[in-house]
Amino acid sequence: MIDDAVLQRTLHEALRSGGDFAEVFAEDRRVASARLDDTKVEEFVSGRERGAGIRVVRGETTGFAHTADLSEAGLRSAAEAAAAAASAAGPGETRVVPLTRRSVTPTHDVRVLPESVAKVRKAEMLERADHAARAESDAIRQVSATYADARRQVLIANSDGLLVGDDRVRTRFGVNCVAVGDTGMQTGFEAPGRTIGFELFDEIEPEEVARVAARRALTMLDARPAPRGKLPVVLKRGAGGVLFHEACGHGLEADLVDKDASVFRGRVGELVASPLITLVDDGTYAREWGTYAIDDEGAPAQRNVLIEDGVLTDYMWDLVRARKEGRASSGNGRRETYQDLPMVRMTNTFLLEGDDDPDAIIRDTPYGLYCVALGGGQVNTATGDFVFGITEAYMIEHGEITEPVRAAQLIGNGPETLRLVDAVGSDFDTWAGTCGKDGQGVPVSSGQPTLRVAELTVGGTAGE
Amino acid sequence: MSDTNLLALARSVAGAARDGEQIEAYAVRSRDVDVKVFDGEVESLAVAEIEGVGIRVIAGQRQGYAWAGSLDADVIADTLADARDNAGFGSPDEFYGLADPASFADRTATSLDLWRDDLLAVPTAEKVALAIELDALTKAIDPRVRGVESATYGDAAVESAVATSLGVEVANRRTMCSCSAYAMAGLGVDTRTGSGFSAARTFSELDPEKAARDAAERAVRLLGATQPRSQRLPVVLDPLVTRSIVALVGGALSAEAVQRGRSLFVGRDGEEVAASNITLVDDPTDPESFGAAGHDAEGVPTHRYELIGAGRLRGFLHNSYTARKGGTVTTGSAVRGGFKSPPGVGARALHLRPGAMSPEAILASVPEALYVQSVSGLHSGTNPVSGDFSVGADGLMVRGGEFAEPVREITIASTLQRMLLDVVHVGADLEWLPGGAAGMTVLIGDMSIAGA
Repeated sequence: MIDDAVLQRTLHEALRSGGDFAEVFAEDRRVASARLDDTKVEEFVSGRERGAGIRVVRGETTGFAHTADLSEAGLRSAAEAAAAAASAAGPGETRVVPLTRRSVTPTHDVRVLPESVAKVRKAEMLERADHAARAESDAIRQVSATYADARRQVLIANSDGLLVGDDRVRTRFGVNCVAVGDTGMQTGFEAPGRTIGFELFDEIEPEEVARVAARRALTMLDARPAPRGKLPVVLKRGAGGVLFHEACGHGLEADLVDKDASVFRGRVGELVASPLITLVDDGTYAREWGTYAIDDEGAPAQRNVLIEDGVLTDYMWDLVRARKEGRASSGNGRRETYQDLPMVRMTNTFLLEGDDDPDAIIRDTPYGLYCVALGGGQVNTATGDFVFGITEAYMIEHGEITEPVRAAQLIGNGPETLRLVDAVGSDFDTWAGTCGKDGQGVPVSSGQPTLRVAELTVGGTAGE
Repeated sequence: MSDTNLLALARSVAGAARDGEQIEAYAVRSRDVDVKVFDGEVESLAVAEIEGVGIRVIAGQRQGYAWAGSLDADVIADTLADARDNAGFGSPDEFYGLADPASFADRTATSLDLWRDDLLAVPTAEKVALAIELDALTKAIDPRVRGVESATYGDAAVESAVATSLGVEVANRRTMCSCSAYAMAGLGVDTRTGSGFSAARTFSELDPEKAARDAAERAVRLLGATQPRSQRLPVVLDPLVTRSIVALVGGALSAEAVQRGRSLFVGRDGEEVAASNITLVDDPTDPESFGAAGHDAEGVPTHRYELIGAGRLRGFLHNSYTARKGGTVTTGSAVRGGFKSPPGVGARALHLRPGAMSPEAILASVPEALYVQSVSGLHSGTNPVSGDFSVGADGLMVRGGEFAEPVREITIASTLQRMLLDVVHVGADLEWLPGGAAGMTVLIGDMSIAGA
């Protein structure tokens, strides 16, 4: 993308007037997507973005500029702008280590580059999903399906002498159904995604994704209002990982900890959760939605244990926070595009399997809520209060799964909820999503076995 | 690169249309400054110039779209080729087509002055100084504010142009700036937070003191908050919360959502859908609104449009595609999320017609209510198709017209359909806010509160 010597000169330019650290992050991103709605394949959309973001760190201050012009002149003027922006702080210590190209070991191979696949085949996947969803029931009145792929080639060079590149391919397929019945309209959504190419469709059938979405919408037609207030909540494997992403994941990001904006600050080594909980953030998990070989600062992805048997073991780190603490990055520095500054982000955040039989967890619950699918969530890391939405859930009565309930929000407090996990199953599944922080969205996954939280507040309307 | 004439560029792309082909070209350039301050020091300062092009091609009743983050001639040529290729693979749809200038020749665009040269003249150092000042101001308001997670300043000067092979040619430019603070009060798990902001077209109109005061007061007044019991109560919405809910309702009023059976308003045209004190208007011609625009994303003049009048559903928002499909005329409501996607349909400047009551009078109008200061999980907790509504909330109890104890870790739930019908008072305190809608204090007669 850019010649090594040009990168070296650009880094020198960035630190010419002083600074502790400089970095060039260059990116060539191609995306393609297509959407079917109302039985028609709408327009195919393709896009390309190329450019470089340059940052200069001086003390606590980061200066940042970016350019779509990857010529030496374009990079030089971005480097000057970043240096000028950083000059709000003191001069700092200037040094640029000669660049050494480092090789990257991919976590897995991409077999079928999406750009090599004919667009008609992508359209075919959408149409197969449409037919399958409509075949489920006459009550399915509307179906939309989306196909999206992205290839992101990145190149990172910094004043510590790091020079490294990566090539990331992601593919995702989603189906959204609307079912209409006597009680009104309901929706069902399912959208698996992996860090692989078009071979995604060797692993998932468009028909199966469509059927899951359709059945979810149909189920909700019969749903009664969700309960209101505190009750035990059982989360099916894969459905509840987002709870831990929100309840503690964000609070373990070192940038928020550093700003005293996390309830988990100063608690390493302490019991912060039920001893049944071991939580890892694993960027190396092959083919998963949040996986990469190196992060957006060039640090290799790692499997980081955050909570072990209930004890807080470590936070997640990016380069800037790690340098401040005199330690290595944990491979969690990510950015949405070259136009954004990196910050601490999760990858694939998993709660590890326990010993309980998943069916027995339900049998041992006299009354509660069983969550099969969740929407997104949100957390205030400073207070620990978090929410997440349920999109498919059922009542548990006398140890049996009974009627479905309508969508509702669940609310809890992170540290409190972690203590209240009282059963962890021996099964496991994952869920792909997009995590938003400070306006930047990045692909992440979460995963967990079937588990029970003794008490969570369910935001339904039923029960006086 | 920053001297490129965007309209000339868009015109030259649109001019490449072949026989039987329609082309729309959109070109945009934005100059942005973003400052983040933490603990009195600049954490980051980013200066950026972003350019991009989006090209829509319609041929043989099929549509294709391609975009690129560059205005270089060879990149644009590739992008046009990609858009043409993409147009070969969608399904034919007889309603595809660009906006035809002949169909809106009788409409005049409102002339709006949304650009302030003086914003561009402000030295970066002054912008940095404002963010540092905001951080200090927020801490100074109340000793119980123990920290400011971030104090920010940001601005953008955006120029854009759209040209089509049917003869549309429109250039626009606007400036915007804002500052915000996020205050933390209390220690550990007893921490409460509050945010405040100020937004304006230019630097001199920003009010960092208001942003600081809002952030500090909103955090401090929640100190000691507890989880109340589950109950049903009247709910008073803060103007910011009203804004978010109004924007959600506006999304469900897009003809695109309605025509595809994906809106709670399907089949409700002409019906009573809200309390009689609800009149919902989208008025992009109001220069006070942050979404103001004289033309929509397809180059059609915008105008004031009443969506709900005295509780009755009057109509939906249309672009030229949904209008053609629905046998009506476009309402000038084509919107773009940027150059990376083709125009959709949406509101720009939604607002409820303000009522006569002040916020204080609304608080005093019920013996007991919940005042919702902020909500969380708005996207995961609301469904614009079924209307299900359940979101996390914090705020204060209201008794005898006064704020009483603060509450947290609750949800408020109803359905959007019910909430519209249950609106008791719409406040007089209309305030334009970023996010496509205005806010004001609103009283909803009955909602389900989940707590302990």
